[in-house]
Amino acid sequence: MSDHKTMTLTLIVWRQKSATDPGKFETYTAKNITDHHSFLEMLDCVNEDLIHAGKEPIVFDHDCREGICGMCSQVINGAPHGGQERTTVCQLHMRKFKDGDTIYIEPWRARAFPIIRDLIVDRAALDTIIQAGGYTSCHTGGVPDGNAIMIPKPIAEEATDAAECIGCGACVAGCPNGAAMLFTGAKVSQLALLPQGRPEAAARVKNMTAAMAECGFGNCTNHYECQAACPKGINVKFIARMNREFLKAQFA
Amino acid sequence: MILDGKCPTGPIEKSWDKHRFDLKLVNPANKRKYNIIMVGTGLAGAAAAASLGELGYNVQAFCYQDSPRRAHSIAAQGGINAAKNYPSDGDSILRLMYDTIKGGDFRAREADVWRLSQVSNNIIDQCVAQGVPFARDYAGYLDNRSFGGAQVSRTFYSRGLTGQQLLLGAYSALSRQIKAGSVTMHTRREMLDLVVVDGVARGITVRNLITGELESYAADAVCLATGGYVNVFYLSTNAKGCSVTANWSAAKKGAFFANPCYTQIHPTCIPQAGEYQSKLTLMSESLRNDGRIWVPKKKEDVGKLPAQIPDADRDYYLERKYPSYGNLAPRDIASRSAKEACDAGLGVGPGGRGVYLDFADSINRLSEDTVRERYGNLFEMYEKITDENAYKRPMRIYPAPHYAMGGLWVDYNLMSNIPGLFVLGEANFSVHGANRLGASALMQGLSDGYFVIPYTIGGYLVTVKPGAVTTDHPEFKKSLEDVKATNNKLLSINGKKTVTEFHRELGKIMWENVGMARSKESLTEAIKVIPQIRDDFWKNVKVTGTGAELNQQLENAGRVADFLEFGELLARDALHREESCGGHFRVEHQLPDGEAKRNDADFSYVGAWEYKGNNKEPELHKEPLKFETIHLAVRSYK
Repeated sequence: MSDHKTMTLTLIVWRQKSATDPGKFETYTAKNITDHHSFLEMLDCVNEDLIHAGKEPIVFDHDCREGICGMCSQVINGAPHGGQERTTVCQLHMRKFKDGDTIYIEPWRARAFPIIRDLIVDRAALDTIIQAGGYTSCHTGGVPDGNAIMIPKPIAEEATDAAECIGCGACVAGCPNGAAMLFTGAKVSQLALLPQGRPEAAARVKNMTAAMAECGFGNCTNHYECQAACPKGINVKFIARMNREFLKAQFA
Repeated sequence: MILDGKCPTGPIEKSWDKHRFDLKLVNPANKRKYNIIMVGTGLAGAAAAASLGELGYNVQAFCYQDSPRRAHSIAAQGGINAAKNYPSDGDSILRLMYDTIKGGDFRAREADVWRLSQVSNNIIDQCVAQGVPFARDYAGYLDNRSFGGAQVSRTFYSRGLTGQQLLLGAYSALSRQIKAGSVTMHTRREMLDLVVVDGVARGITVRNLITGELESYAADAVCLATGGYVNVFYLSTNAKGCSVTANWSAAKKGAFFANPCYTQIHPTCIPQAGEYQSKLTLMSESLRNDGRIWVPKKKEDVGKLPAQIPDADRDYYLERKYPSYGNLAPRDIASRSAKEACDAGLGVGPGGRGVYLDFADSINRLSEDTVRERYGNLFEMYEKITDENAYKRPMRIYPAPHYAMGGLWVDYNLMSNIPGLFVLGEANFSVHGANRLGASALMQGLSDGYFVIPYTIGGYLVTVKPGAVTTDHPEFKKSLEDVKATNNKLLSINGKKTVTEFHRELGKIMWENVGMARSKESLTEAIKVIPQIRDDFWKNVKVTGTGAELNQQLENAGRVADFLEFGELLARDALHREESCGGHFRVEHQLPDGEAKRNDADFSYVGAWEYKGNNKEPELHKEPLKFETIHLAVRSYK
């Protein structure tokens, strides 16, 4: 079906058996890759070759393969998700590379994300941050009619901008401090912007930032690498909003 | 066996309220004595786990992903239906019920659909309270848009991210309960077996996907919210990890599998580009609000750029064939029409497997900015995959397997025929009949999770003594050994073909013979070939690594092994159902104009299959369907 020219690429991939294994780079060749292959489909092809050769395939996280579940997580040539604007690894296509390229593939590297195997890391710390307060404490049932809570359109839009976060952790992987400020700021801001989230806003920002520190994430020193790495284009203004909410909370 | 759905009797308007009153309650102090297992934490599972935890039950929740936030509900784009009638355009609970029954081609239970329609309004309220950022109009009120199969605007949405926002809402409620200690979350666990003791569901066997260890969990009730099975076609819009494994393990322990042949082929997906392709990506049905579907009228125009084809030479076939619904005809109809156009040699793009979805008129009418505001993320996604700008030239789309209307059989309380086994969301068969309307999957998942199971499970739990069976019971050990033996077998074959190669092979057979158009010949062929692939699989599959480690090949091998058994059941169900209805289209049964021809006299029933052993014919049980509120009629969207 495909009438495209094919590429041959050299992959230098981080292989690590377990969290305690030292790990090292291994070199592989990807053959017969077209520009319509997604990056993960390219890796699928390499893995099929490895399996046929009786070798262990490269292990990586992935699921929806349409850029929304947040499962895929690879640093490609030094950039989380490959560095293409607003694009997850699974949506990165091989037309962005050319025949003969060498591609470095590594896992997210951050203190709070221990490596599980090869390119898979443990991101449970992001769940821990949400559990600390990333919700409104409403009960199932017993809530007012949806239209009883009016929300100006620009506020709803801005809250949605923040809510688009897919929780992949690229912001952490991209940050020189391994901070989760963009991730946490996005959730704090979404709920702080909306009237439903106001009653608990002060406790939420305190609890979530405390959880962030406890999980081993670093702090923000305004590099903006998180925004550059974010596949959903979450804006660093939400970190600023979180900081304002945090200050306000001190007097609440 | 004639199955009884145990639906309430009396006026439909009172049915759910009356049933809720009739259900026995569990005293608050007793709730904490009960353990509930929730497998799957998508919309249905997360909503249910959160709600049950909040009620005071002890909930053990499981998902195969690294976090409940990743379930494939997240990929739903377009919206969620509710009968709020905010636009005052004639909507009502009864109309939503009518549209759903009709959309499902009169193959769903009335009482279940009434309940779904009734609680649809509570879902919107619940999600708003959670902070789900639904689209708003300039006055600050909730906005609506239209979806297929309805002539009212009842779809609530959040950009093209509705599933994500609703799932994150449910995930936030779940996170709150995890923090509170009422729900224990087990991530990266895959359910591989259901444990049944003396005919009652008592627990599960799961594999820890990080360590490879097999673990047993016992409970007073087991809930499966494990999604659909259309990855049986290999290429589908589902996530790569979606499988039938949990449901099939329950089926092998005696749970009936209902209507497996009702599969939804979604009309608006990005066409396949090559053999290596690993999945298909959906473009939301909401695009059909403002996009017009067409193919060239003349075969010689097929290779031309769309801009070179004048309007007069384009066939806007949905508008032509279905003037009153036009581009918003239901999914099964839109999909079949696309296939017909392509089969007639009028398809566009690689392999002639595509039709145009054109926004030029809407951009002229509304401006590019307005179209971008409504669908920006979808256009962006389309461009990433195809390298084409859909603001400048029409999208190319083609149908792809998307959703399973069939699933494990459940009664009105969402309990399967195995006492103590409940099934929620896409995993059950209950409300969509033979075809699901757009924006109804999110509605069903959240309805089952927030507003149905929290009531109905209590009615069962009051009848059982809490903690009666523990993992010390021999059935748990036996289950562990069975699962271990299967895994060891998979690892020991060391054949020549990879798991993916087998999955592709099965997918091709399924798509060509059990896909959008099915015939006696094609289905008989599938039933003959699938066991051959299955035999070859068990002799010739190659799975690297060991069972005692993270091993994605082993995970996939187990899933494909189950699809190789389940695919045959799907084909058998399709062969037995000598009629066309919704997503099940038998070429032998069509009206003169090519529309689906139902056979209400012989097939107005739920077909629920009982597993009788590998390579043995399953046994069919029937639940007759009665239509007392919505009268049986030929489904017409003309």
